[in-house]
Amino acid sequence: MTEIAFPAPDPRIMGRRDAILAGLAALLPAECLVTSEDERRAYETDALTAYRRMPLAVCLPRSTEEVAAVLRFCHAEGVKVVARGAGTSLAGGAIPQEDAIVLGVTKMARILDVNFEDRVIRVEAGVTNLAVTAAVAEKGFFYAPDPSSQLACTIAGNIAMNSGGAHCLKYGVTTNNVLGVKMVLIDGTVVDIGGDFLDAGGLDLLGLVVGSEGQLGVVTEATLRILRAAEGARPVLFGFGSSEAAGECVAAIIGAGLIPVAMEFMDKPAIEICEAFAKAGYPLDVEALLIVEVEGSDEEIESQLARIVEIARAHGVQVIKESKSAMETAAIWKGRKSAFGATGRVADYICMDGTVPTGQLPYVLKRTGEIVASYGLRVANVFHAGDGNMHPLILYNVNDPAEQAKAEAAGADILRLCVDAGGCLTGEHGVGIEKRDLMTHQFNAEDLAQQLRVRAAFDPQWLLNPAKVFPLEGRDAA
Amino acid sequence: MSLALATPVTVHAPRSEAEAAEIVRAARGPLAIEGGGTRSGYGRPAQAAATLSTRNLAGIALYNPAEMTIVARAGTTVSEIEAALAEQGQMLPFEPLDPRPLWGGAGEPTIGGVTASALAGPRRIQAGGVRDSLVGVRFVNGRGDIVKSGGRVMKNVTGLDLVKLQCGAMGALGLIVEVAFKLLPRPQAGATLALDGLDDARAVAALSAALGSPFEASGGAHLPARGGAPARTLVRLENFEESIRYRVAQMTTLLAPFGRAMRLDDAEADALWRDIRDARPFAAPDARAVWRVSTAPSRSPALVAAIGACMSVEAFYDWGGGLVWLACDAAGDAGASIIRGALAGGGHATLMRAPDAVRAATEVFQPQTAALAALGASLKQAFDPDRLFNPGRMVARH
Repeated sequence: MTEIAFPAPDPRIMGRRDAILAGLAALLPAECLVTSEDERRAYETDALTAYRRMPLAVCLPRSTEEVAAVLRFCHAEGVKVVARGAGTSLAGGAIPQEDAIVLGVTKMARILDVNFEDRVIRVEAGVTNLAVTAAVAEKGFFYAPDPSSQLACTIAGNIAMNSGGAHCLKYGVTTNNVLGVKMVLIDGTVVDIGGDFLDAGGLDLLGLVVGSEGQLGVVTEATLRILRAAEGARPVLFGFGSSEAAGECVAAIIGAGLIPVAMEFMDKPAIEICEAFAKAGYPLDVEALLIVEVEGSDEEIESQLARIVEIARAHGVQVIKESKSAMETAAIWKGRKSAFGATGRVADYICMDGTVPTGQLPYVLKRTGEIVASYGLRVANVFHAGDGNMHPLILYNVNDPAEQAKAEAAGADILRLCVDAGGCLTGEHGVGIEKRDLMTHQFNAEDLAQQLRVRAAFDPQWLLNPAKVFPLEGRDAA
Repeated sequence: MSLALATPVTVHAPRSEAEAAEIVRAARGPLAIEGGGTRSGYGRPAQAAATLSTRNLAGIALYNPAEMTIVARAGTTVSEIEAALAEQGQMLPFEPLDPRPLWGGAGEPTIGGVTASALAGPRRIQAGGVRDSLVGVRFVNGRGDIVKSGGRVMKNVTGLDLVKLQCGAMGALGLIVEVAFKLLPRPQAGATLALDGLDDARAVAALSAALGSPFEASGGAHLPARGGAPARTLVRLENFEESIRYRVAQMTTLLAPFGRAMRLDDAEADALWRDIRDARPFAAPDARAVWRVSTAPSRSPALVAAIGACMSVEAFYDWGGGLVWLACDAAGDAGASIIRGALAGGGHATLMRAPDAVRAATEVFQPQTAALAALGASLKQAFDPDRLFNPGRMVARH
């Protein structure tokens, strides 16, 4: 894979920067408009830090009306818009381009309405994922999608990328937990899609908007389902002598009719990295580790864990560690949840996100190791085993351009492997710029042309996050 | 007014998706899409002189129980799929509505029809709707292209989600030729608790308490008093045997402020949930108009009362009160203006059953704001520029 290309900045826009800033300044108060180079720098990349572009300006509106005013202006002036939540995208979904403004939603972070009777919450889109749960926790409720970045990431970003998390095996991903959005179209029109009820009739525009990576409009408010939390939850940790044995154990647990709330897999390199960081008590003499968490009352947890342990024994488990206390539970999860951060202390890495049919996991894991080794690099695997969503972390040195190129090439090979094994390029991170040029491996020309036509129905001038998701070539097909 | 809808004369029944694409490319006029023909009374009467049938596009293409997904061609019958899943102790999570009681048809519902109509049953509140389990589709668009979206894995955010868009689109955006669903294990055991004699508001309060508990109710319904039978409020629990014992006790305690909850006999309970799923209280030959209203549970009892103040109506509640089934006189607009007026934007009312003439003259689906309607029209154009598929079935102009 060669370096990801950005479209050349449009000289007609670059030449009018002053006039465009003046136009925006007429719409927003000074504290909502970032124009200085120093301050704009904070917005030039997201969590795909190998790529960065300085935006024209950054708008931080405080209301749907201000978002609408900015979009109306950009539409009239032909200015591109990259919407941004907290900038935690691993796929480069929020990376700007030089001839675009960044439209950040972080000043819109209020909880608008909580309704426990109907089990819904209405929030402004800039609220963080964890703040939603915090707003309902006192009555024992929670918001289910829990991406690793949940402390920082916003609901706006979660909706854009259809974020998942460790617990979506049981509770689904963002699209299964959003009931309605308020969204501003590129021409400034404000639409309400869905509401505080389920399955509205008519076309499922809500389903289309979730995961559309900021290409159809800018979401400013969302109505989310909240759920009553289980009485308790407890993980068990298994160590296996091979990834295959761990994979077969996962299949057997599902085959027995159990839906644990999470089933997380780590391979040996990942175990070592996480244990060194989190001191979670992970066994270091095994090849693969599974964290399986179940929920319910104490007695229910005991009986489910007993079933699961029995299955694990039948699959040659070497280490069994049942959590006996809240502290042990926290330690087990701390290791897993800090996997990305802990890896970042050891080396730079890129995180892949392909999903494969669960039956293909052992094969894809084996091939992943071979692919990365063939580039002379190392890989650590951490992933959601229950749903086949893999996260190989390819370790490299970001200051070595040759190594970066190798890492990206290995990543692309792994994603092609995932597609060829019956899976897809991305399970929960989104396409962004990172996987944009691989879209042709998963979709043929007809598939992509149909998506482009749908996109054009919302944004015919391609102003919204235009360099993302779809390969830069072939866009005329729509 | 004269409806003079032409009886379809030509029936195309392609044997492969390639053949289906050929037919679409060669089509010179509108095509009415048909699976098992069991939901032909749903939507506005379609205006087409030719039928495009999925009956020869049938069969399970791929089912690996350990992966908890199934891929089937659109014309596969629901009964074939459910039988294959039951053999492996699995199920479609969303309890698809069987359209035959409501519309009085014979024939076999197909999985393509389930997808295009997106009518989920009681388990919707816990396991999601049709859209939430549908992970992939293949369809033929109005240009005759074969298009895929999604796939057969459980988590997939690659590209725009056309899967959701096709789900519930009533065939307006293409001929669905293949679908992939994720599955759930069948629960080992179930228990249904019943409270008798609650009024609607009290019943919905009881259901909200049950559904807001940690015991994972998979059904919450209320059947108001009918004939000589008292009102009955139902809560369903599904889980492993030992959990059910525990949760029944907990739920009974939790519901105590609303009355003494009785555990129903399993067979009786299964039949009741099936009846609720299929709106059997209003089954044919009952000729009344039937509405399906999605709203917030806390608003539904007042909604039903407001409608009842304007006309004669019978109601029952599913989804913890969030889904209201209504039956009323089918004359005029079948109560559309009263029902949608009372709803006042706080939900969606769909006219499920009414004579053709009524459904041709009344918006079957909730009318949308101008901006959303314009997006809908642009999307129709993006999939089916010549308006070949099911013209007028969902929206008059499409």
